[in-house]
Amino acid sequence: MTDGPDSAVVIVGAGQAGCQAAVSLRERGHRGTITLIGDEGVLPYQRPPLTKAYLQGDIGFGDLVFRPETYYAEHDITLVLDDAAVSVDRAARCVVLRSGRAVGYENLVLATGSRPRPIPGAHTIRTIADADSARPEGRVVAIGAGFIGLEYAAVASEAGCDVTVIEAQPRALSRVLSSETAEHVVQVHRRRGVKFLFNATVSEVRPGEVVLADGTVLPADLVVAGIGVVPNAELAAEAGLTVDDGIVVDPWLRTSDPAIFAVGDCARFHHGARQIRLECVQNAVDQASAVAAVITGSAEPYAQVPWFWSDQYAMKVQIAGVTDGHDNVVVTGDPTTGAFSVFCFAGDKLLGVESVNKPVDHVLARRLIAANCPIRPEMVAVPGFDLRTAA
Amino acid sequence: MAKITYVHPDGTSSVVDVEPGNSIMRGAKLAGVEGILAQCGGGATCGTCHIYVDKDNTRPLPAMHDLEDGLLCVTASPRQDNSRLSCQIPVTEELDGLVVHLPEKQL
Repeated sequence: MTDGPDSAVVIVGAGQAGCQAAVSLRERGHRGTITLIGDEGVLPYQRPPLTKAYLQGDIGFGDLVFRPETYYAEHDITLVLDDAAVSVDRAARCVVLRSGRAVGYENLVLATGSRPRPIPGAHTIRTIADADSARPEGRVVAIGAGFIGLEYAAVASEAGCDVTVIEAQPRALSRVLSSETAEHVVQVHRRRGVKFLFNATVSEVRPGEVVLADGTVLPADLVVAGIGVVPNAELAAEAGLTVDDGIVVDPWLRTSDPAIFAVGDCARFHHGARQIRLECVQNAVDQASAVAAVITGSAEPYAQVPWFWSDQYAMKVQIAGVTDGHDNVVVTGDPTTGAFSVFCFAGDKLLGVESVNKPVDHVLARRLIAANCPIRPEMVAVPGFDLRTAA
Repeated sequence: MAKITYVHPDGTSSVVDVEPGNSIMRGAKLAGVEGILAQCGGGATCGTCHIYVDKDNTRPLPAMHDLEDGLLCVTASPRQDNSRLSCQIPVTEELDGLVVHLPEKQL
C-alpha cells in the first residue's frame, strides 16, 4: 500500500468528482503531488446549470467554474486540460495520455464520469460545448422524460418554444421519482403548454423532424435526448479492473487494484445490502471527499445519504435517499399549492423523501435517514405531522 | 471589487476581494475559503452556506425571503438574529468592508 499524505496522486477526470478530490486532498493536508487530468479545454466547472440557469442565459461560463486558474497553482495542483488518459499501466503505475505523455502515480483516482446515451441526429447535454450548441429554438422535441429532458423542456418552454416530450415508459421520471411526484411535475409542464407522448419510441431523428415507431412524424427545429448515461469504465476495464456497469469499488472506494480508486458517476459501490451507481452531484462530492480521506489515512468506509435535485420553472424538486423499490407512499403538505413532500416506504421502512418546494423537509429528511430514525408510515400520516419534532 | 472578511470559528480570518455580482457564498468558494459548503450550488435549498453577519454591520443587505427563513431554522449551527444564507446576498460595491462569521459546522 502506498497511501499516505506524501503519495503521488493522479486524478483522471476533472468534473465535479475529480476536481473535488484534488481540493479535498489539499484541504486534508496532502503533501504529495496532485495531477488533475481533464479532457475538456476549459477550467473544471459545474454541470447541473447546463440544463438550467446557464441554458436559460441567466449565468455565463465564468459563473460555472469551481475555482479560478490561480487556485490550482497556489495549491500546487497540476491541471492538465484538453488531454485524456488512454491507458493505465498498472505494473509501471503510470497513466498514458492521448498526448503521449506518461504520468506516474502511487494512487490513481478514476473520476471518469459518464456519457449520455446517444441518439443519432439528436443533441445530448453533458458539456458546456453541448449546451452552447443546443440553445432551444422553434419547435423543440425532448426525447426522454427524465430530469435532463424535463429541465430542458422547462427552459425551452420559458423561452417561448413549442415543446413536446417523448417518453418510452408509460409515465415520466419512472427511474427516479414516485408516480405521485412525477405526476405533479408533468402537470406543471402541461400548464405551461408542454405536450407529452408516453409509451412512444423514436425510430429516427431526421433533419427537421422526429419519426416515431408508430409512424407519427413530429416537426422539430431542435431535438435533444436525455435517455440516460453510460459510465466511462472502458479505461478501467482495459486495465483489467473489475467492471460491472461501472467500476466496482469496495466500501473504501478502492477498485480491484488497491492503488486505484473510483468515484462519482463511474463507480459502482456498496449501498446497504446492494451495489449501486449514482449520477449526481452529492455522490461525486461526497465520494471525492471520502477518497481524499482514505488516501490521507482515514479508515472510515463510505456511507452518505444520497440526495438529488432538479429545478424546473420555479419548482425545486429534492430527493433524500434512494426511493426506487418503494411500495407505499404518504404525502404531506398540499400538492395543489405546489409545496409538498412524498415519503416513500418499503413496508414500514423509510427509503427516502421527495420534496417539491419544501427545502426544509428535504434537509430534515436527510438527517433522519442518516440517523436511521425509525419513521413509519402511520406516523407521517397523522395530520399535522412535523418532521422537526421527529428529527 | 468589494473586500469581504470571512472570520473562521478559530478567530483567524480570510480577506477576499469579491467581484460584484457574485454572492458572498461564491466569493468564498472561488477563493477556496473553507467553512462554506453550499451543497446545492446557491439556490437556497440546502442551508449549508450559513453565515453570521457581523453585529456592527450597517451596510444594506437584501431582505430575507421565506425559503431562506425556513432553512435558517434547520441549519447545523444554531440560528442567531444575524444568521443569513450567504448564497442569498449578492456582493455590491456598497458591501465593501463587510465582515461575516463562519459557523462551527454546516452539516
